[in-house]
Amino acid sequence: MTHPIPQGTRDILPDEMRELRRIEAVLRSLFESRGYGEVSTPAIEFNDVLALGDERSMDSAYRFFDHSGGLLALRGDMTIPIARLAADRLGEASLPYRLHYAGDGFRAVSPQRGQLREFRQVGVELIGADAPGGTVEVVELLVAALDAVGLNRAVVGLGDADLFRQLLEELAVEGAARNRILDRLAAHDLVAIEAEAGDLAGLGDTERELIVRLSSLRGGADVLEEAHRIGGAALERATSRLAETYSKLAESGIADRVQLDFGLLRDLGYYTGAILEVYDPAVGQIIGGGGRYDGLMSRFGRQLPAAGFALYLERVHIAQAEEERIAREGGAG
Amino acid sequence: MSPAGVEIAHRRARDGRMRLALPRGALFAGSLSMLDRAGFDTSGPRGGSRSLIFDLDGLTIVTMRPSDVPTYVEAGAADLGVTGKDVLDEQSDRAVYELADLGFGRCRMVLAAIADDDSLERSAKRLGFMRIATKYRGIAERYFERTGRQAEVIEVKGSVELAPLVGLADGIVDLVDSGRTMRENGLEEREQISISTARLIANRVAHKLRVDEIDAMVERLREAAS
Repeated sequence: MTHPIPQGTRDILPDEMRELRRIEAVLRSLFESRGYGEVSTPAIEFNDVLALGDERSMDSAYRFFDHSGGLLALRGDMTIPIARLAADRLGEASLPYRLHYAGDGFRAVSPQRGQLREFRQVGVELIGADAPGGTVEVVELLVAALDAVGLNRAVVGLGDADLFRQLLEELAVEGAARNRILDRLAAHDLVAIEAEAGDLAGLGDTERELIVRLSSLRGGADVLEEAHRIGGAALERATSRLAETYSKLAESGIADRVQLDFGLLRDLGYYTGAILEVYDPAVGQIIGGGGRYDGLMSRFGRQLPAAGFALYLERVHIAQAEEERIAREGGAG
Repeated sequence: MSPAGVEIAHRRARDGRMRLALPRGALFAGSLSMLDRAGFDTSGPRGGSRSLIFDLDGLTIVTMRPSDVPTYVEAGAADLGVTGKDVLDEQSDRAVYELADLGFGRCRMVLAAIADDDSLERSAKRLGFMRIATKYRGIAERYFERTGRQAEVIEVKGSVELAPLVGLADGIVDLVDSGRTMRENGLEEREQISISTARLIANRVAHKLRVDEIDAMVERLREAAS
Protein backbone atom coordinates (compact mmCIF):
# COMPACT_ATOMS: atom_id res chain seq x y z
CA MET A 1 0.00 0.00 0.00
CA THR A 2 1.45 3.32 -1.06
CA HIS A 3 -0.03 6.74 -0.54
CA PRO A 4 -0.90 8.70 -3.66
CA ILE A 5 0.33 12.20 -4.51
CA PRO A 6 -1.53 14.45 -6.98
CA GLN A 7 -0.96 13.85 -10.69
CA GLY A 8 1.74 16.02 -12.17
CA THR A 9 3.69 16.30 -8.92
CA ARG A 10 6.60 14.19 -7.74
CA ASP A 11 8.96 13.47 -4.86
CA ILE A 12 12.66 14.12 -5.32
CA LEU A 13 15.18 11.81 -3.66
CA PRO A 14 18.65 12.80 -2.38
CA ASP A 15 20.75 11.96 -5.47
CA GLU A 16 18.63 14.02 -7.81
CA MET A 17 18.11 16.75 -5.22
CA ARG A 18 21.85 17.18 -4.87
CA GLU A 19 22.18 17.61 -8.65
CA LEU A 20 19.27 20.04 -8.87
CA ARG A 21 20.67 22.13 -6.03
CA ARG A 22 24.07 22.15 -7.71
CA ILE A 23 22.51 23.63 -10.88
CA GLU A 24 20.69 26.24 -8.79
CA ALA A 25 23.87 27.13 -6.92
CA VAL A 26 25.85 27.62 -10.14
CA LEU A 27 23.12 29.86 -11.55
CA ARG A 28 22.68 31.79 -8.32
CA SER A 29 26.35 32.66 -8.12
CA LEU A 30 26.41 33.69 -11.79
CA PHE A 31 23.40 35.97 -11.33
CA GLU A 32 24.84 37.49 -8.14
CA SER A 33 28.17 38.13 -9.90
CA ARG A 34 26.28 40.12 -12.56
CA GLY A 35 24.64 42.35 -9.97
CA TYR A 36 21.30 40.58 -9.73
CA GLY A 37 19.75 40.18 -6.26
CA GLU A 38 17.60 37.25 -5.25
CA VAL A 39 13.94 37.70 -4.34
CA SER A 40 11.26 35.37 -3.09
CA THR A 41 7.49 35.82 -3.25
CA PRO A 42 4.64 33.80 -1.74
CA ALA A 43 3.45 30.73 -3.65
CA ILE A 44 -0.14 31.86 -2.99
CA GLU A 45 -1.42 35.25 -4.08
CA PHE A 46 -4.79 36.88 -4.47
CA ASN A 47 -6.42 35.67 -7.66
CA ASP A 48 -7.28 39.21 -8.78
CA VAL A 49 -3.69 40.38 -8.42
CA LEU A 50 -2.29 37.54 -10.55
CA ALA A 51 -5.05 38.05 -13.12
CA LEU A 52 -3.88 41.66 -13.52
CA GLY A 53 -0.69 40.24 -15.01
CA ASP A 54 -2.14 37.74 -17.45
CA GLU A 55 -5.82 36.93 -17.57
CA ARG A 56 -5.28 34.09 -20.03
CA SER A 57 -2.82 32.08 -17.97
CA MET A 58 -5.36 32.07 -15.11
CA ASP A 59 -7.26 29.38 -17.05
CA SER A 60 -4.83 26.84 -15.67
CA ALA A 61 -4.51 28.28 -12.15
CA TYR A 62 -5.17 26.36 -8.95
CA ARG A 63 -7.57 28.38 -6.83
CA PHE A 64 -9.01 28.15 -3.35
CA PHE A 65 -10.51 30.30 -0.61
CA ASP A 66 -8.76 31.65 2.45
CA HIS A 67 -10.35 31.71 5.92
CA SER A 68 -12.26 34.93 5.20
CA GLY A 69 -13.54 33.94 1.78
CA GLY A 70 -10.88 35.70 -0.32
CA LEU A 71 -10.09 33.95 -3.61
CA LEU A 72 -6.46 32.80 -3.71
CA ALA A 73 -4.44 31.28 -6.52
CA LEU A 74 -1.12 29.48 -6.76
CA ARG A 75 1.34 31.39 -8.95
CA GLY A 76 1.71 30.01 -12.49
CA ASP A 77 5.13 31.59 -13.00
CA MET A 78 7.47 33.98 -11.20
CA THR A 79 7.28 36.93 -13.58
CA ILE A 80 3.88 38.23 -12.48
CA PRO A 81 4.56 38.05 -8.70
CA ILE A 82 7.91 39.76 -9.26
CA ALA A 83 6.24 42.50 -11.33
CA ARG A 84 3.95 43.07 -8.34
CA LEU A 85 6.88 43.09 -5.95
CA ALA A 86 8.89 45.48 -8.10
CA ALA A 87 5.96 47.87 -8.52
CA ASP A 88 4.98 47.92 -4.85
CA ARG A 89 8.22 47.42 -2.93
CA LEU A 90 11.17 48.76 -4.86
CA GLY A 91 10.18 52.39 -5.33
CA GLU A 92 13.26 53.70 -3.51
CA ALA A 93 15.81 51.51 -5.27
CA SER A 94 17.63 52.89 -8.31
CA LEU A 95 16.74 51.66 -11.77
CA PRO A 96 17.09 49.25 -13.40
CA TYR A 97 16.11 46.56 -10.93
CA ARG A 98 18.13 43.40 -11.43
CA LEU A 99 16.38 40.48 -9.75
CA HIS A 100 16.79 36.71 -9.83
CA TYR A 101 14.81 33.87 -8.35
CA ALA A 102 14.37 30.14 -7.98
CA GLY A 103 10.80 29.19 -7.25
CA ASP A 104 8.00 26.73 -7.91
CA GLY A 105 5.16 27.48 -10.29
CA PHE A 106 1.86 25.63 -10.49
CA ARG A 107 -0.32 25.04 -13.52
CA ALA A 108 -3.19 22.62 -14.08
CA VAL A 109 -1.76 21.33 -17.37
CA SER A 110 -2.59 17.91 -18.75
CA PRO A 111 -0.05 15.50 -17.25
CA GLN A 112 1.53 12.37 -18.82
CA ARG A 113 3.50 14.45 -21.27
CA GLY A 114 6.60 15.29 -19.32
CA GLN A 115 4.75 18.38 -18.15
CA LEU A 116 4.56 18.76 -14.42
CA ARG A 117 1.84 20.64 -12.57
CA GLU A 118 4.37 21.81 -10.02
CA PHE A 119 7.66 22.84 -11.61
CA ARG A 120 10.71 24.81 -10.58
CA GLN A 121 11.91 27.84 -12.50
CA VAL A 122 15.21 29.63 -12.13
CA GLY A 123 15.54 32.99 -13.85
CA VAL A 124 16.04 36.72 -13.87
CA GLU A 125 14.00 39.88 -14.36
CA LEU A 126 15.56 43.12 -15.61
CA ILE A 127 13.08 45.89 -14.88
CA GLY A 128 13.56 49.47 -16.04
CA ALA A 129 15.94 48.78 -18.94
CA ASP A 130 14.67 49.47 -22.43
CA ALA A 131 15.09 47.54 -25.68
CA PRO A 132 17.44 46.81 -27.24
CA GLY A 133 20.02 47.30 -24.45
CA GLY A 134 17.98 45.51 -21.80
CA THR A 135 17.12 42.66 -24.16
CA VAL A 136 20.78 42.21 -25.06
CA GLU A 137 21.78 42.09 -21.38
CA VAL A 138 19.15 39.42 -20.71
CA VAL A 139 20.14 37.27 -23.71
CA GLU A 140 23.83 37.55 -22.83
CA LEU A 141 23.08 36.45 -19.27
CA LEU A 142 20.92 33.59 -20.58
CA VAL A 143 23.75 32.30 -22.77
CA ALA A 144 26.19 32.63 -19.84
CA ALA A 145 23.74 30.67 -17.66
CA LEU A 146 23.49 27.87 -20.23
CA ASP A 147 27.28 27.70 -20.46
CA ALA A 148 27.59 27.71 -16.66
CA VAL A 149 25.45 24.56 -16.37
CA GLY A 150 27.31 22.82 -19.20
CA LEU A 151 24.78 23.30 -21.99
CA ASN A 152 27.29 24.71 -24.46
CA ARG A 153 25.26 23.48 -27.41
CA ALA A 154 22.00 25.07 -26.30
CA VAL A 155 20.53 27.69 -28.62
CA VAL A 156 18.35 30.71 -27.84
CA GLY A 157 15.53 31.29 -30.30
CA LEU A 158 14.86 35.03 -30.70
CA GLY A 159 11.60 36.25 -32.14
CA ASP A 160 9.35 39.28 -31.85
CA ALA A 161 5.84 39.02 -30.43
CA ASP A 162 4.58 41.90 -32.58
CA LEU A 163 6.37 41.07 -35.82
CA PHE A 164 3.67 38.98 -37.48
CA ARG A 165 0.89 41.24 -36.28
CA GLN A 166 2.73 44.23 -37.68
CA LEU A 167 3.46 42.49 -40.97
CA LEU A 168 -0.21 41.57 -41.40
CA GLU A 169 -1.10 45.17 -40.63
CA GLU A 170 1.33 46.37 -43.30
CA LEU A 171 -0.35 43.97 -45.74
CA ALA A 172 -3.78 45.28 -44.64
CA VAL A 173 -4.85 41.87 -43.33
CA GLU A 174 -7.21 42.72 -40.50
CA GLY A 175 -9.94 41.53 -38.21
CA ALA A 176 -10.93 37.87 -38.07
CA ALA A 177 -8.51 36.76 -40.79
CA ARG A 178 -5.57 38.31 -38.96
CA ASN A 179 -6.58 36.71 -35.66
CA ARG A 180 -6.97 33.31 -37.31
CA ILE A 181 -3.47 33.51 -38.78
CA LEU A 182 -1.99 34.55 -35.43
CA ASP A 183 -3.87 31.74 -33.66
CA ARG A 184 -2.61 29.19 -36.16
CA LEU A 185 0.93 30.54 -35.79
CA ALA A 186 0.75 30.16 -31.99
CA ALA A 187 -0.47 26.57 -32.57
CA HIS A 188 2.48 25.89 -34.95
CA ASP A 189 0.04 24.92 -37.71
CA LEU A 190 1.86 25.95 -40.88
CA VAL A 191 -0.56 24.01 -43.09
CA ALA A 192 -3.48 26.12 -41.85
CA ILE A 193 -1.46 29.32 -42.33
CA GLU A 194 -0.87 28.34 -45.94
CA ALA A 195 -4.60 27.70 -46.36
CA GLU A 196 -5.56 30.98 -44.64
CA ALA A 197 -3.06 32.94 -46.73
CA GLY A 198 -4.49 31.34 -49.87
CA ASP A 199 -7.97 32.50 -48.86
CA LEU A 200 -6.99 36.12 -48.27
CA ALA A 201 -8.68 38.43 -50.72
CA GLY A 202 -6.81 41.35 -52.20
CA LEU A 203 -3.31 39.93 -51.76
CA GLY A 204 -0.88 39.12 -54.52
CA ASP A 205 1.02 35.85 -54.73
CA THR A 206 4.16 37.55 -53.42
CA GLU A 207 2.38 38.66 -50.27
CA ARG A 208 0.80 35.25 -49.69
CA GLU A 209 4.18 33.61 -50.23
CA LEU A 210 5.72 36.06 -47.76
CA ILE A 211 3.26 35.12 -45.00
CA VAL A 212 3.83 31.40 -45.56
CA ARG A 213 7.61 31.65 -45.86
CA LEU A 214 7.99 33.92 -42.86
CA SER A 215 6.04 31.60 -40.57
CA SER A 216 8.83 29.03 -40.75
CA LEU A 217 11.83 31.25 -41.47
CA ARG A 218 14.53 30.71 -38.86
CA GLY A 219 18.33 30.77 -38.79
CA GLY A 220 21.26 33.19 -38.61
CA ALA A 221 21.96 36.58 -40.17
CA ASP A 222 21.28 35.13 -43.62
CA VAL A 223 17.55 34.73 -42.86
CA LEU A 224 17.33 38.42 -42.06
CA GLU A 225 18.65 39.15 -45.54
CA GLU A 226 16.29 36.62 -47.06
CA ALA A 227 13.35 38.16 -45.19
CA HIS A 228 14.21 41.63 -46.47
CA ARG A 229 14.68 40.29 -49.98
CA ILE A 230 11.26 38.63 -50.11
CA GLY A 231 9.45 41.14 -47.91
CA GLY A 232 10.80 44.50 -49.04
CA ALA A 233 10.18 47.68 -47.09
CA ALA A 234 7.09 46.44 -45.23
CA LEU A 235 9.09 43.65 -43.70
CA GLU A 236 12.09 45.80 -43.03
CA ARG A 237 9.88 48.01 -40.86
CA ALA A 238 8.37 45.01 -39.06
CA THR A 239 11.75 43.44 -38.36
CA SER A 240 13.83 46.54 -37.62
CA ARG A 241 13.66 46.00 -33.86
CA LEU A 242 14.60 42.34 -34.14
CA ALA A 243 17.44 43.15 -36.53
CA GLU A 244 18.80 45.79 -34.18
CA THR A 245 18.78 43.40 -31.20
CA TYR A 246 20.43 40.70 -33.27
CA SER A 247 23.21 42.96 -34.54
CA LYS A 248 23.97 44.02 -30.95
CA LEU A 249 24.13 40.36 -29.93
CA ALA A 250 26.49 39.74 -32.84
CA GLU A 251 28.70 42.57 -31.55
CA SER A 252 28.94 40.84 -28.19
CA GLY A 253 30.04 37.68 -29.96
CA ILE A 254 27.11 35.37 -29.18
CA ALA A 255 25.33 35.43 -32.54
CA ASP A 256 26.16 31.75 -33.04
CA ARG A 257 24.13 30.89 -29.93
CA VAL A 258 21.10 32.87 -31.08
CA GLN A 259 18.68 31.81 -33.77
CA LEU A 260 16.42 34.38 -35.38
CA ASP A 261 12.90 33.02 -35.66
CA PHE A 262 10.25 35.02 -37.48
CA GLY A 263 7.43 32.60 -36.69
CA LEU A 264 8.03 32.48 -32.93
CA LEU A 265 5.07 33.27 -30.68
CA ARG A 266 4.69 32.39 -27.02
CA ASP A 267 1.51 31.36 -25.31
CA LEU A 268 1.66 33.84 -22.43
CA GLY A 269 -0.31 37.01 -22.84
CA TYR A 270 2.10 39.60 -21.47
CA TYR A 271 4.92 39.49 -24.03
CA THR A 272 5.69 42.51 -26.19
CA GLY A 273 8.69 42.82 -28.46
CA ALA A 274 11.47 40.26 -28.16
CA ILE A 275 10.54 36.69 -27.21
CA LEU A 276 12.96 33.92 -26.31
CA GLU A 277 12.88 30.13 -26.32
CA VAL A 278 15.73 27.88 -25.26
CA TYR A 279 16.54 24.60 -27.04
CA ASP A 280 19.13 21.97 -26.32
CA PRO A 281 19.82 19.26 -28.91
CA ALA A 282 19.71 16.59 -26.19
CA VAL A 283 16.09 17.28 -25.15
CA GLY A 284 12.95 17.28 -27.30
CA GLN A 285 11.18 20.03 -25.36
CA ILE A 286 12.05 23.67 -24.80
CA ILE A 287 14.10 24.08 -21.64
CA GLY A 288 13.38 27.74 -20.99
CA GLY A 289 11.78 30.89 -22.29
CA GLY A 290 11.33 34.58 -21.78
CA GLY A 291 11.30 37.92 -23.52
CA ARG A 292 10.18 41.50 -23.10
CA TYR A 293 7.00 42.56 -21.35
CA ASP A 294 7.04 46.31 -21.50
CA GLY A 295 3.30 46.55 -20.75
CA LEU A 296 3.26 44.33 -17.66
CA MET A 297 4.60 46.74 -15.03
CA SER A 298 2.02 49.40 -15.91
CA ARG A 299 -0.75 46.97 -14.97
CA PHE A 300 0.70 47.15 -11.46
CA GLY A 301 0.85 50.94 -11.58
CA ARG A 302 4.37 51.67 -12.75
CA GLN A 303 5.31 52.32 -16.35
CA LEU A 304 8.62 50.49 -16.69
CA PRO A 305 10.09 48.45 -19.56
CA ALA A 306 11.08 44.92 -18.52
CA ALA A 307 12.58 41.69 -19.80
CA GLY A 308 13.62 38.36 -18.33
CA PHE A 309 13.98 34.64 -18.77
CA ALA A 310 13.17 31.47 -16.86
CA LEU A 311 14.91 28.13 -17.17
CA TYR A 312 12.82 25.04 -16.36
CA LEU A 313 15.04 23.39 -13.77
CA GLU A 314 13.88 19.79 -14.28
CA ARG A 315 14.45 19.98 -18.03
CA VAL A 316 17.80 21.71 -17.66
CA HIS A 317 18.77 18.82 -15.40
CA ILE A 318 17.68 16.25 -17.99
CA ALA A 319 19.58 18.14 -20.71
CA GLN A 320 22.68 18.29 -18.54
CA ALA A 321 22.54 14.56 -17.82
CA GLU A 322 22.07 13.81 -21.54
CA GLU A 323 24.91 16.11 -22.61
CA GLU A 324 27.19 14.42 -20.06
CA ARG A 325 26.16 11.01 -21.34
CA ILE A 326 26.84 12.03 -24.95
CA ALA A 327 30.23 13.43 -23.99
CA ARG A 328 31.03 10.19 -22.11
CA GLU A 329 30.04 8.06 -25.07
CA GLY A 330 32.08 10.29 -27.34
CA GLY A 331 29.62 11.74 -29.78
CA ALA A 332 26.03 11.39 -30.89
CA GLY A 333 24.11 8.43 -29.49
CA MET B 1 10.99 6.90 -10.27
CA SER B 2 14.70 7.50 -10.26
CA PRO B 3 16.16 10.25 -12.41
CA ALA B 4 17.41 7.49 -14.69
CA GLY B 5 13.80 6.77 -15.65
CA VAL B 6 13.26 10.40 -16.56
CA GLU B 7 16.44 10.37 -18.59
CA ILE B 8 15.41 7.39 -20.70
CA ALA B 9 11.97 8.85 -21.33
CA HIS B 10 13.52 11.93 -22.86
CA ARG B 11 16.28 10.27 -24.82
CA ARG B 12 15.93 11.40 -28.39
CA ALA B 13 17.42 11.13 -31.85
CA ARG B 14 19.71 14.11 -31.27
CA ASP B 15 22.44 14.71 -33.78
CA GLY B 16 22.47 11.41 -35.61
CA ARG B 17 20.16 10.44 -38.42
CA MET B 18 16.73 11.93 -38.59
CA ARG B 19 13.92 9.83 -37.18
CA LEU B 20 10.60 9.71 -38.99
CA ALA B 21 7.58 8.21 -37.19
CA LEU B 22 5.25 6.38 -39.59
CA PRO B 23 1.70 5.24 -38.79
CA ARG B 24 0.91 1.55 -39.16
CA GLY B 25 -2.58 1.00 -40.55
CA ALA B 26 -4.51 2.86 -43.23
CA LEU B 27 -1.82 5.49 -43.86
CA PHE B 28 1.12 3.04 -43.95
CA ALA B 29 0.96 2.11 -47.65
CA GLY B 30 0.57 5.75 -48.71
CA SER B 31 3.49 6.77 -46.49
CA LEU B 32 5.74 4.11 -48.01
CA SER B 33 4.74 5.05 -51.57
CA MET B 34 5.61 8.65 -50.77
CA LEU B 35 9.02 7.56 -49.47
CA ASP B 36 9.52 5.47 -52.64
CA ARG B 37 8.86 8.49 -54.80
CA ALA B 38 11.21 10.53 -52.61
CA GLY B 39 13.93 8.05 -53.52
CA PHE B 40 14.15 5.92 -50.38
CA ASP B 41 14.43 2.15 -50.49
CA THR B 42 11.44 0.95 -48.48
CA SER B 43 11.90 -2.80 -48.95
CA GLY B 44 12.71 -3.11 -45.23
CA PRO B 45 9.42 -1.80 -43.82
CA ARG B 46 7.53 -3.40 -46.74
CA GLY B 47 8.76 -6.88 -45.83
CA GLY B 48 6.67 -8.87 -43.38
CA SER B 49 9.10 -8.15 -40.57
CA ARG B 50 7.81 -7.56 -37.08
CA SER B 51 10.56 -5.04 -36.42
CA LEU B 52 9.39 -1.60 -35.40
CA ILE B 53 12.50 0.29 -36.46
CA PHE B 54 14.03 0.35 -39.96
CA ASP B 55 17.16 2.03 -41.21
CA LEU B 56 16.71 3.58 -44.62
CA ASP B 57 19.43 5.45 -46.43
CA GLY B 58 20.03 8.44 -44.16
CA LEU B 59 16.70 8.13 -42.38
CA THR B 60 15.44 5.97 -39.52
CA ILE B 61 11.82 4.90 -39.73
CA VAL B 62 9.97 4.10 -36.52
CA THR B 63 6.52 2.56 -36.89
CA MET B 64 3.59 2.85 -34.49
CA ARG B 65 -0.15 3.35 -34.11
CA PRO B 66 -1.27 6.56 -35.88
CA SER B 67 -2.52 8.07 -32.63
CA ASP B 68 0.89 7.54 -31.00
CA VAL B 69 2.76 9.57 -33.65
CA PRO B 70 2.13 12.98 -32.01
CA THR B 71 3.24 11.57 -28.64
CA TYR B 72 6.62 10.45 -29.96
CA VAL B 73 7.16 13.58 -32.00
CA GLU B 74 6.17 15.96 -29.20
CA ALA B 75 8.64 14.31 -26.83
CA GLY B 76 11.40 14.36 -29.43
CA ALA B 77 11.65 10.57 -29.67
CA ALA B 78 11.09 11.20 -33.39
CA ASP B 79 12.06 14.37 -35.27
CA LEU B 80 9.33 14.09 -37.89
CA GLY B 81 6.12 12.12 -38.16
CA VAL B 82 3.28 11.30 -40.52
CA THR B 83 -0.23 11.04 -39.14
CA GLY B 84 -3.82 11.89 -40.03
CA LYS B 85 -5.30 15.33 -39.50
CA ASP B 86 -8.03 13.57 -37.50
CA VAL B 87 -5.40 12.45 -34.98
CA LEU B 88 -3.98 15.98 -34.75
CA ASP B 89 -7.46 17.46 -34.32
CA GLU B 90 -8.23 14.97 -31.57
CA GLN B 91 -4.95 15.74 -29.78
CA SER B 92 -5.09 19.45 -30.46
CA ASP B 93 -3.06 20.45 -27.40
CA ARG B 94 0.08 18.70 -28.61
CA ALA B 95 2.97 21.12 -29.13
CA VAL B 96 4.20 19.94 -32.54
CA TYR B 97 4.73 21.75 -35.83
CA GLU B 98 2.34 20.82 -38.62
CA LEU B 99 4.50 21.31 -41.69
CA ALA B 100 2.77 19.92 -44.75
CA ASP B 101 -0.48 18.48 -46.04
CA LEU B 102 0.67 15.30 -47.77
CA GLY B 103 -2.65 14.86 -49.56
CA PHE B 104 -3.01 11.09 -49.33
CA GLY B 105 -5.23 9.11 -46.96
CA ARG B 106 -8.16 11.40 -47.56
CA CYS B 107 -11.23 10.60 -45.47
CA ARG B 108 -14.04 12.44 -43.76
CA MET B 109 -15.16 12.88 -40.16
CA VAL B 110 -18.94 12.58 -40.09
CA LEU B 111 -21.94 12.46 -37.80
CA ALA B 112 -24.00 9.38 -38.69
CA ALA B 113 -27.13 7.72 -37.42
CA ILE B 114 -29.41 4.77 -38.27
CA ALA B 115 -30.75 5.14 -41.82
CA ASP B 116 -34.39 6.22 -42.12
CA ASP B 117 -34.69 6.65 -38.39
CA ASP B 118 -35.29 9.88 -36.52
CA SER B 119 -34.12 8.91 -33.02
CA LEU B 120 -31.20 11.34 -33.28
CA GLU B 121 -33.57 14.21 -34.04
CA ARG B 122 -36.10 13.05 -31.49
CA SER B 123 -33.47 12.94 -28.74
CA ALA B 124 -32.26 16.40 -29.64
CA LYS B 125 -35.81 17.71 -29.53
CA ARG B 126 -37.25 15.82 -26.59
CA LEU B 127 -34.22 15.62 -24.29
CA GLY B 128 -32.36 18.63 -25.57
CA PHE B 129 -29.26 16.55 -26.17
CA MET B 130 -28.01 13.59 -28.19
CA ARG B 131 -26.06 10.57 -27.09
CA ILE B 132 -23.08 10.15 -29.41
CA ALA B 133 -20.63 7.26 -29.45
CA THR B 134 -17.17 7.96 -30.85
CA LYS B 135 -13.46 7.21 -30.76
CA TYR B 136 -12.88 10.95 -31.22
CA ARG B 137 -14.12 12.49 -28.01
CA GLY B 138 -12.37 15.85 -28.42
CA ILE B 139 -13.50 16.37 -32.03
CA ALA B 140 -17.09 15.39 -31.20
CA GLU B 141 -17.33 17.60 -28.13
CA ARG B 142 -15.89 20.62 -29.94
CA TYR B 143 -18.16 20.06 -32.95
CA PHE B 144 -21.35 20.03 -30.91
CA GLU B 145 -20.21 23.01 -28.89
CA ARG B 146 -19.40 24.92 -32.09
CA THR B 147 -22.77 24.12 -33.62
CA GLY B 148 -24.62 25.08 -30.45
CA ARG B 149 -25.94 21.65 -29.49
CA GLN B 150 -25.54 19.54 -26.40
CA ALA B 151 -24.38 15.96 -26.60
CA GLU B 152 -23.44 13.25 -24.19
CA VAL B 153 -20.28 11.89 -25.78
CA ILE B 154 -19.62 8.23 -25.03
CA GLU B 155 -16.09 7.10 -25.77
CA VAL B 156 -15.65 3.61 -27.23
CA LYS B 157 -12.49 1.97 -28.52
CA GLY B 158 -13.76 -0.60 -31.04
CA SER B 159 -16.34 -0.73 -33.85
CA VAL B 160 -18.35 2.36 -33.14
CA GLU B 161 -21.10 1.41 -35.66
CA LEU B 162 -22.42 -1.03 -33.08
CA ALA B 163 -23.45 1.67 -30.60
CA PRO B 164 -26.63 3.02 -32.26
CA LEU B 165 -27.69 -0.47 -33.40
CA VAL B 166 -28.00 -1.74 -29.83
CA GLY B 167 -29.15 1.48 -28.22
CA LEU B 168 -25.94 2.70 -26.56
CA ALA B 169 -26.16 5.94 -28.54
CA ASP B 170 -28.40 7.87 -30.93
CA GLY B 171 -25.58 8.47 -33.39
CA ILE B 172 -21.87 8.26 -33.94
CA VAL B 173 -19.01 10.54 -34.90
CA ASP B 174 -16.48 8.58 -36.92
CA LEU B 175 -13.99 8.68 -39.75
CA VAL B 176 -15.22 7.29 -43.06
CA ASP B 177 -13.32 6.45 -46.22
CA SER B 178 -15.77 4.88 -48.66
CA GLY B 179 -18.58 4.69 -46.10
CA ARG B 180 -19.11 1.03 -46.85
CA THR B 181 -18.85 -0.28 -43.27
CA MET B 182 -21.41 2.29 -42.22
CA ARG B 183 -23.86 1.41 -45.00
CA GLU B 184 -23.49 -2.31 -44.36
CA ASN B 185 -24.50 -1.67 -40.78
CA GLY B 186 -27.57 0.31 -41.76
CA LEU B 187 -26.16 3.72 -40.86
CA GLU B 188 -26.22 6.87 -42.95
CA GLU B 189 -24.19 10.04 -42.89
CA ARG B 190 -26.03 13.06 -41.55
CA GLU B 191 -23.40 15.80 -41.33
CA GLN B 192 -19.81 16.20 -42.48
CA ILE B 193 -17.57 17.59 -39.72
CA SER B 194 -14.20 17.84 -41.42
CA ILE B 195 -11.91 16.37 -44.06
CA SER B 196 -8.72 14.64 -43.02
CA THR B 197 -5.54 13.90 -44.96
CA ALA B 198 -2.06 12.75 -43.94
CA ARG B 199 0.09 15.48 -42.41
CA LEU B 200 3.80 15.84 -41.85
CA ILE B 201 4.60 17.01 -38.32
CA ALA B 202 7.86 17.94 -36.59
CA ASN B 203 9.22 18.14 -33.08
CA ARG B 204 9.53 21.73 -31.88
CA VAL B 205 13.20 21.50 -30.97
CA ALA B 206 14.19 19.54 -34.08
CA HIS B 207 12.39 22.16 -36.18
CA LYS B 208 14.64 24.82 -34.64
CA LEU B 209 17.95 22.99 -34.36
CA ARG B 210 17.99 20.86 -37.52
CA VAL B 211 16.73 23.58 -39.85
CA ASP B 212 18.46 22.56 -43.08
CA GLU B 213 17.74 18.84 -42.69
CA ILE B 214 14.10 19.40 -41.76
CA ASP B 215 13.46 21.93 -44.52
CA ALA B 216 15.14 19.68 -47.11
CA MET B 217 13.12 16.66 -45.98
CA VAL B 218 9.87 18.64 -46.01
CA GLU B 219 10.60 19.78 -49.54
CA ARG B 220 11.49 16.25 -50.64
CA LEU B 221 8.39 14.64 -49.10
CA ARG B 222 6.10 17.43 -50.23
CA GLU B 223 7.21 16.92 -53.83
CA ALA B 224 6.91 13.15 -53.53
CA ALA B 225 3.41 13.45 -52.10
CA SER B 226 2.05 15.82 -54.73
